[in-house]
Amino acid sequence: MAVCVAVIAKENYPLYIRSVPTENELKFHYMVHTSLDVVDEKISALGKALVDQRELYLGLLYPTEDHKVYGYVTNSKVKFVMVVDASNTALRDNEIRSMFRKLHNSYTDVMCNPFYNPGDRIQSRAFDSMVTSMMIQVC
Amino acid sequence: MEGLTLSDAEQKYYSDLFSYCDIESTKKVAANGRVLELFRAAQLPNDVVLQIMELCGATRLGYFGRSQFYIALKLVAVAQSGFPLRVESINTVKDLPLPRFVASKNEQESRHAASYSSDSENQGSYSGVIPPPPGRGQVKKGSVSHDGAQPRTPADQQEPASPVVSPQQSPPASPHTWRKHNRHPSGGNNDRPLAGPGPFWSPFGEAQSGSSAGETVWSGHSPPPPQENWVSFADTPPTSTLLAMHPASVQDQTTVRTVASATTANEIRRQSSSYDDPWKITDEQRQYYVNQFKTIQPDLNGFIPGSAAKEFFTKSKLPILELSHIWELSDFDKDGALTLDEFCAAFHLVVARKNGYDLPEKLPESLMPKLIDLEDAADVGDQPGEVGYSGSPAEAPPSKSPSMPSLNQTWPELNQSSEDTAIVHPVPIRMTPSKIHMQEMELKRTGSDHNNPTSPLLVKPPDLSEENKINSSVKFASGNTVDGYSSSDSFTSDPEQIGNNVNRQRSHSGTSPDNTAPPPPPPRPQPSHSRSSSLDMNRTFTVTTGQQQAGVVAHPPAVPPRPQPSQAPGPIVHRSVDADGLITHTSTSPQQIPEQPNFADFSQFEVFTASSVNEEQDDEAERHPEVLPVEKSSDPSNSLRGAKTESKIEEKTAASAPANVSKGTTPLAPPPKPVRRRLKSEDELRPEVDEHTQKTGVLAAVLASQPSIPRSVGKDKKAIQASIRRNKETNTVLARLNSELQQQLKDVLEERISLEVQLEQLRPFSHL
Repeated sequence: MAVCVAVIAKENYPLYIRSVPTENELKFHYMVHTSLDVVDEKISALGKALVDQRELYLGLLYPTEDHKVYGYVTNSKVKFVMVVDASNTALRDNEIRSMFRKLHNSYTDVMCNPFYNPGDRIQSRAFDSMVTSMMIQVC
Repeated sequence: MEGLTLSDAEQKYYSDLFSYCDIESTKKVAANGRVLELFRAAQLPNDVVLQIMELCGATRLGYFGRSQFYIALKLVAVAQSGFPLRVESINTVKDLPLPRFVASKNEQESRHAASYSSDSENQGSYSGVIPPPPGRGQVKKGSVSHDGAQPRTPADQQEPASPVVSPQQSPPASPHTWRKHNRHPSGGNNDRPLAGPGPFWSPFGEAQSGSSAGETVWSGHSPPPPQENWVSFADTPPTSTLLAMHPASVQDQTTVRTVASATTANEIRRQSSSYDDPWKITDEQRQYYVNQFKTIQPDLNGFIPGSAAKEFFTKSKLPILELSHIWELSDFDKDGALTLDEFCAAFHLVVARKNGYDLPEKLPESLMPKLIDLEDAADVGDQPGEVGYSGSPAEAPPSKSPSMPSLNQTWPELNQSSEDTAIVHPVPIRMTPSKIHMQEMELKRTGSDHNNPTSPLLVKPPDLSEENKINSSVKFASGNTVDGYSSSDSFTSDPEQIGNNVNRQRSHSGTSPDNTAPPPPPPRPQPSHSRSSSLDMNRTFTVTTGQQQAGVVAHPPAVPPRPQPSQAPGPIVHRSVDADGLITHTSTSPQQIPEQPNFADFSQFEVFTASSVNEEQDDEAERHPEVLPVEKSSDPSNSLRGAKTESKIEEKTAASAPANVSKGTTPLAPPPKPVRRRLKSEDELRPEVDEHTQKTGVLAAVLASQPSIPRSVGKDKKAIQASIRRNKETNTVLARLNSELQQQLKDVLEERISLEVQLEQLRPFSHL
C-alpha cells in the first residue's frame, strides 16, 4: 500500500527510508524531504499546547498528483512519513493509522534492542520485514 | 607432558576437533560443553573419561589446552582400542585408530551419507563458498578415506555404503527435506563438515524419524554426518540458512544468508517440528547457559537488563549487527530484558553463529521462551512461523499486537499519567477562615492595642496574655480546625477582648479585618460556638460596653466642650460656672445626677437657669416668648427658692441670680439645647420625670415650643451624647423646678389676692 516509508530522526536526518524500487527512488526521497517542512508546521501549530495534547497521527501532509503523503510524529520527535499511491482510493484513514501504529511498534522494538544506538540507521531485519509487509501490496 | 606424536590424519582430525570444541577461539576448551559431548560420544565409561581427563592434565589445568586436548583424544582412541590407559600408551600404541565418536541416531548417519554424496555432488558449487575448514575437512576426508587406517576403511567402506543404504532406510521425509535443503541456495553454508570430525551433537540430530539403522561407528569423519544432519535440520527452519557445524574456524563467517520462501518454510517447519529441532538446546548447554545467566543475574526468575546482556554478548566478538539480530530474535516479549529462556536462546544463537550457522530469520521453536500465556504458547504451536513481528502479513500477529500496541500507546500516557500523578499531588490545605480571621483580628488587635491609648487595654495586656493562653487551649479543645496556624496560639485571645477591640475598630473602620486578609475567605459563621457566639457576644458587649468605653474614653480627657453654636454662651456660662463652682457642685448633688461627668454641665445648666431667671427679673420685655415661660417659671422659682428652703441651691441660686443677671446674658441656645431629643435619653429621663408626671405636659409644651437646638458639631459622638444626656437631665431638673415654681406662683398670687381684699376691707372709709 505504501510506496515509500521513511523514518526521520529528531534532527531531521533519515534513520530509515525505503521505497518501492520500481520507481525513481530519488523522487520519493525528495518528497519525504519536503514533507518535513509540513510536519514541522503541524507540530508547531500546537506549540503552546502540551505535547500530550498533540495527536501523534498528523494525517495527510500534502497531496500531489500521483501520491499522498501522510505523517506521524512520536513524542520524541521522530517522524514517520509514508507515501501512498494516490490512485489507491480504497485506502482509508484508519488503515493509514494502523500502518503507522505498526511502524511505531516496530520502531519501539528497535529502540529496545540494546545493541541499537539511537541515531544509527535502522538495520533491524524485523523492522525491514515489517515495512516490507506494508509495502508488499503495491500493485 | 609427554611429547605427542600424531600422524597427519590424527593431527588434522584432532585439530578439527579442537577447533570445534574451541567455541570462542581461545585456544582452550572448557571441560564442559562440547568437550563433554565429545567424550560422551566416544562412548567410553565415565570413569575412563575421567581418567583420560586426568591423564591429559586437563584437570590440573582446569581446561583443555590444545595439547591436552590432543592427548585426551589420543587417550580416547587408546581406550576405544581397548588398550589400558597409560600415559605412555599415547605414543606407544601404534596405528591407533582415531578416536571414534558415536552417533546414536541413524538418521544422522543417513543424512550424513546423503549429504556425503550430495557433498560430492555439490562440492564444486560449494567449494567456492565453503570456508577453508570444510575444504580441509573434505580434503581430510579424502585423505582419511584414502589413508584411513584399517579400522577406518571398513567404516569408510561402510560409509559409502551407508549413504547408499540409508537413504532408503531413512524416512521418506528426510531425504525429501534433505534434498530440499540441498536445493536451497544456502551456499557454502551448507557446509559439509564431512571431514570435520566435529563432535556429534546428538540432540541436534536426534528425533529423526526413523531408520533403524543400528549404531554406526563413526570414524573421524563421521561426526560430520550428524552435523550434516543437524545442519540439514537447521535448514528446516524455513528461512534459515545454516552454516555447517564444522569444527573449524567458521566462526569468522560473517555472511548471513537468508533463505526465502514462506511456503516451503512452513512445510519444512512442519516437517521439522516432527523431528528434533536442531536448535534445541541440550541439557549441558542449557546448564552452561544457566550458569552464565547466574553470573549476571543470580535470580533465575529475574531479568537481565539490556545493557548487561549487551556487554556479555559483545564478548563473543560477533558483529554488532548480528548481535542486534540475535537480540531481536531472542527478546521475545520485546521488553529490553532477557529472561532465562530468552537468554538461553540468545546464547544458543550466539553459539550457533560462532560456529558458522546463519542466524534464523525467526526464532526457532525450540528456542522460544516458555511463555506464561498458554494462549501465546498455543499460538506459537499453531503458527510455528509466527514469531514476533517478522514476516507476518499486514495483520499483526495476534499474540503480540494486542499487547504491544496498547503497551506502546499507553507508554506515553502512562508516563504522563505517572508524571501527572507524581507532580500533581493535591495537598489539602484547609484554610479555616476562622483561624485566619482570628489571626488577622489578632494582628489588628495587637496593632491597635499599641495605638490605642486606652487605659483598660494598657492595663489589661497581662490579663490578655494570660487569657490568650487559656483561650488558646480552650480553642484547641473545642476542636477548631487549625492547620498551619499553630502560631496563632500566641494570637488567640479572649474572644471578648478581641471582639471588643475588633468591634471597636470595626466601628471605626468598617471592613478592615477583611481587607487585610487577601487569601482567606471572608469570615463565615463557624459551627464552633466559641467563635461565633463570642462574636455575637462581642457585638452585644460592644453595644453595651461601647458606651461605657466611650464614656471611659471620654473620661480622662477634659470634658468635651459644649457644642460650638453654643460656644458663645458657653464660655459665659463657664464663667458663671467658674464663679459658682462651689454652688454648682452642691447643686448637682441633690439632683441625683446619674453620672458625675455631667456634674459640671449640669451645674452649668443650673447656673444658666439661675442666670436666666435673674435676667428675667431684670428685663421681662426682652425675653423671648420662647424663653418666657421658662424664665417666668424660673423667676418665681427663683423667688420661691429664696422663699423656700427646700434646697440650698435655690437660695444660692437666688443669691447668685442677681450676680448672674448682672452679667446680662441672653441665653437662648442653652435652654433650647435640652430639646435635642434622643429616644434613649428620653427613656432614661422618663424615670426621672416620673416624679413630675403632672407637669410633663407643660414641660413637653415648653420643650416643643423652643426652637430646635442647633446641632453640635462635636467630633466626639460620645461627648455629644454625654452632653445630650446632661442636657436632658438638666432639662428634667428644670422642668421639675418649673413646676415647683409655678406652684409657688399660684400660691403667691392667691396670697396677693387675699391681701388686696384685706386691704380693701381695711380702707373702707378712705374712699369717702
